[in-house]
Amino acid sequence: MSLQELKALEERAKARKTAKKRRLCVCSGASCLSINAGEILAGLKRLVVDKNLDADVEVLPSGCMGACNQGPLVLVQPENTIYQNVTPENATVIVDEHVAKNEPVSAMLLFAGTSQQPMLDSRQSDFFKKQVKVVLENCGLINPEDIEDYISVGGYQALRKAVCTMSREDVIAEMKQSGLRGRGGAGYPTGLKWESVYKYVGDVKYVICNGDEGDPGAFMDRSVLEGDPHRVLEGMAIAAYAVGASKGYLYVRGEYPLAIKRLEIAIKQAKKLGLLGANLFESDVGFDVEIRIGAGAFVCGEETALIASVEGKRGLPSPRPPYPAERGLWGKPTLINNVETYANVPPIVDRGGEWYSEMGMPKAAGTKVFALSGKINNTGLIEVPIGITLREVLFDIGGGIQGGGKFKAAQTGGPSGGCIPEQHLDTKMDYAALQAVGTIMGSGGLIVMDEHSCMPDVARFFTEFCMEESCGKCIPCRVGTKQMHGMLTKICTGRGTMRDLELLEELAPMVKDASLCGLGQSAPNPLLSTLRYFRDEYLAHIRDKRCPAGVCKMANAPAAEGVRQDSA
Amino acid sequence: MIPALNHAHQIGEPNRNSPRIKRLATFLRGLGHKPDALIQALHVAQGMYGYLPLDIIRFIASELKVPPSRAYGVVTFYHFFSLRPKGEHNCLVCTGTACYVKGAQGLIDRIEADFDVHAGGTTADNTLGLQTARCIGACGLAPAVTFDEEILGKVKADDVTRILRDKLAKAAS
Repeated sequence: MSLQELKALEERAKARKTAKKRRLCVCSGASCLSINAGEILAGLKRLVVDKNLDADVEVLPSGCMGACNQGPLVLVQPENTIYQNVTPENATVIVDEHVAKNEPVSAMLLFAGTSQQPMLDSRQSDFFKKQVKVVLENCGLINPEDIEDYISVGGYQALRKAVCTMSREDVIAEMKQSGLRGRGGAGYPTGLKWESVYKYVGDVKYVICNGDEGDPGAFMDRSVLEGDPHRVLEGMAIAAYAVGASKGYLYVRGEYPLAIKRLEIAIKQAKKLGLLGANLFESDVGFDVEIRIGAGAFVCGEETALIASVEGKRGLPSPRPPYPAERGLWGKPTLINNVETYANVPPIVDRGGEWYSEMGMPKAAGTKVFALSGKINNTGLIEVPIGITLREVLFDIGGGIQGGGKFKAAQTGGPSGGCIPEQHLDTKMDYAALQAVGTIMGSGGLIVMDEHSCMPDVARFFTEFCMEESCGKCIPCRVGTKQMHGMLTKICTGRGTMRDLELLEELAPMVKDASLCGLGQSAPNPLLSTLRYFRDEYLAHIRDKRCPAGVCKMANAPAAEGVRQDSA
Repeated sequence: MIPALNHAHQIGEPNRNSPRIKRLATFLRGLGHKPDALIQALHVAQGMYGYLPLDIIRFIASELKVPPSRAYGVVTFYHFFSLRPKGEHNCLVCTGTACYVKGAQGLIDRIEADFDVHAGGTTADNTLGLQTARCIGACGLAPAVTFDEEILGKVKADDVTRILRDKLAKAAS
């Protein structure tokens, strides 16, 4: 495709859109789809035709709109009105009242009947007001299975700009200026990573997209892949151009069949239009991408393990250095970034690094997508500027604790992260600030717990996860997580002793320091973090044989203090 | 608990004339018989058979020119691959953090008790298999359960047996 052809296609797609007075987007994210969104979409399409409204109204499936708890959702544009809890039956009201008579249905507005104020323009509601959408800017507004819809919002223009008007060094300089840091969890500066891959000389280089979103409680990447797949492809293509690669792999979890399906469609459409493949925009730059489906191994989120998995092997990590930038996939220089990182690339190239760097914090620019879940009113997907406080996220956007319960802790970073207790509710959601309170930014899972969650049991839950997901290659992780889990199980069944607690505190730093990869190095985090803030709960389990939250089933016979028992 | 798997009867040369093997062979040809296609090939095979019989693993290994031990090693490493036939219908309880916080364990306990099945196994008549998953990414619907491909959200322990019985009856009719 040439420059002119892309421009013409964009104009055509825009014209097609503006020819319609209204667009009805039916949220077709995995969450809404599981509660009848497909039927609602088909019904609305039929109804619009039956009522002879199809010349003026377009009905389309869209990506996740974020307010998953209120789903299924239907968005009416141009008013930006979102309707909640839509059913195949009541969906007709939206057409009869709002579309045909211009009378919005106030009883069905998003957040009607909740503590938040429903708004005609959903962007004015508390849930959306404090959000800043960059990664998710198209999510919920375009049809993820239609490349023309993506092009109509300026899609693939950033790739064109990069390939046609910028040198590889220019693109990297822009990324460095943006201050974007890796969104997979570790937060390494993206521009620097790109630069190091660029600098390594090699006949063949690769780019890989890490879509192995393994943290339980995280569904950001899933939503991006399902809602705006072209965005990720475009980001990968720009990255490939910048580092000098022509082949990419998109590694997606096997648990995300819808994301895989939409990516397959997106790749096919992009290839057909010549936006992927050889000679992009009549240059000698080419980029081809293949999907690799994961097979359910958490450790494959670690970059060296992921590379082994792409090569068709067991996902075992290998020691770094050499980093993948030097020797990665098949021994060649390889760039690995996370889905959300790539999704940030097109707007940075398009609008400039400086624009991006002005959002967020000085040392952590931009926005972060979080998946809110657990005991919170508005479970769902949000995007906020880095540096917003946890309190704002939970109470302004999240609508507070479900059922009027009392906040106990928020868990970030999955099994590699920790808990933030009530006294730190004003912590800024920023890499450094979260580390200071003993957790990590992580990939974006944010799970809220109330007084019904038992913190030693939470630690046991995550330790069990790490134990089972440990690949077994290195001993500190393989044996350490098993021993930690054994002692935590003793504590959570009322058979723990103070000696167990001592041993746990001795063992945890060893596992942290001596493990080969991030899985083992961070496995003790949930334990250490809950011990730091909820030591009294551990003591209640050990000394009083009592679970304050009422979660743990305690053994009847209290064990004698100080006597070491067999590990469970 | 779940009985140990008896491999002995499965190890043999696969019947290369069966339609399924022929389809698998065509797919492997399409991948160019590259060793790095192993995981993709296993995905496809499991899609055809519902699990990975040992002779099929051997067939794939020989076609892709990797040692059978490596293919077996890959199968046992990844949770997604199963050496054991699943049930005719399968229920999967998500045990991700959000589901855990909202009571996934209660769902597992109830299903195990009411259907006389263990997580990882199937009922005696093989109609229902019960699995657990790390996180299916439907955290907004926690606690989430899937029945075959369908996601069921916000399931309560008191309702889960009735829901599953309804689904089974519907599937049987």
